[in-house]
Amino acid sequence: MSNLTNRILKGDSRSIAKLITAAENNSSELADQMKLIHKHSGKAYVIGITGVMGSGKSTLIYELAKAYRKKGKKVGIIAIDPTSPFSGGALLGDRIRMTDLAIDDDVFIRSMGTRGILGGLASAVYDTIEILDASGKDVIIVETVGVGQAEVDVVKIADTTLVVLVPGLGDSIQTIKAGIMEIADIFVVNKADRSGIEQIVAELESLIDISCIGKDRKIPIVKTIARENKGINELINEIDKHEHYLRNTKIFNIQRKKRYEAELVEIIRKRLMNFIFDESTFKEKVEKLIDQISKKELDPYSAADEILSKIIK
Amino acid sequence: MEKKIRVLIAKPGLDGHDRGAKVVARALRDAGMEVIYTGLHQTAKMIVETAVQEDVDVIGLSLLSGAHMTLFNDVTKLLKERGMSDVLVLGGGIIPKQDAPTLKKAGVSCIFGPGTPCEDIVEFIKQNVKK
Repeated sequence: MSNLTNRILKGDSRSIAKLITAAENNSSELADQMKLIHKHSGKAYVIGITGVMGSGKSTLIYELAKAYRKKGKKVGIIAIDPTSPFSGGALLGDRIRMTDLAIDDDVFIRSMGTRGILGGLASAVYDTIEILDASGKDVIIVETVGVGQAEVDVVKIADTTLVVLVPGLGDSIQTIKAGIMEIADIFVVNKADRSGIEQIVAELESLIDISCIGKDRKIPIVKTIARENKGINELINEIDKHEHYLRNTKIFNIQRKKRYEAELVEIIRKRLMNFIFDESTFKEKVEKLIDQISKKELDPYSAADEILSKIIK
Repeated sequence: MEKKIRVLIAKPGLDGHDRGAKVVARALRDAGMEVIYTGLHQTAKMIVETAVQEDVDVIGLSLLSGAHMTLFNDVTKLLKERGMSDVLVLGGGIIPKQDAPTLKKAGVSCIFGPGTPCEDIVEFIKQNVKK
């Protein structure tokens, strides 16, 4: 076993951070390390949190993390924010709401830019979950970028997915529409002291009544005021109940398999893209093809055939 | 994939003025860097532990209260203890010129005072960050 893996298994935060950086940069040493990490992961419970911008996701995570720490659980947090498609830069500000967790040795927080990935996650999130898991974290909380309508990839990685809503965003359920509403294992209505709380809960209840017909589990709604630490224990209680449900019905294993499937697809995607667009010999060829396409000498489908024929024998 | 420069912008101590820190954070983002901003009132330990977890290449400390000689020192000292002395540390805010040499000795590579064009900071980071 490598020294780095050894240090990660012991929970050394500097080593954890270094390997996450390697995952983000897709560096050459990553694969060998991840091969060693894999068999030590799989124990942590993964909670995904998504919801509209400004719904208080970061504050909620802060309070959840504190509550889990009180129970003696070690916590990993992955906070994802959007990368600018123009500059490639990102402003990662989720830690502002979690500052005093930084000095707790049993909490590890990592901020991440999406780096061109749509769907609300970052490409390195799969590796990062495995790394934090192997390092001994009991609970891993993943915060997605604030959602619009299509950022639903969090279901691929989370055991329990929380969708956070707030009262008073107009007809907020309408604005976030189908995809988001379908991925919730638990609805959290945060800022529950605001006016409009009865309306949003009523809307959610009628939506749940329709969508849960014929299903053996009804999606719960938890009201929270994260800033005042209200409703957090109720929320943890519902997460625990959902975990029991998953384990009792064996859905847990099915979901975990789906996560590994998504991870495998992502690794292959990255390697292929790397091979096609970054390898120096191939890059020239690809650029020539793009040139031909733009001059109408070639169509994109034939170009794709040509590229793929080099890879798929 | 190209490696991105990761920067932590931190406000140590008790002053509540973060306009400058936010302007710099934005400029670095627009220059293609990943900028982690932690908000006000950070202790040296919070800053260094955040730098460890986020595996940053650069730390920008902003301070306008006059306590830079103590607080910047605390940060660089802790960084050394954590084996992070390869991180580029920069200072900004109201810092008298005569303090710069002492701070430099303590490990703060450059001080950027009021009126510094943001491009200068971007350029300095690109030139001096450990590859």
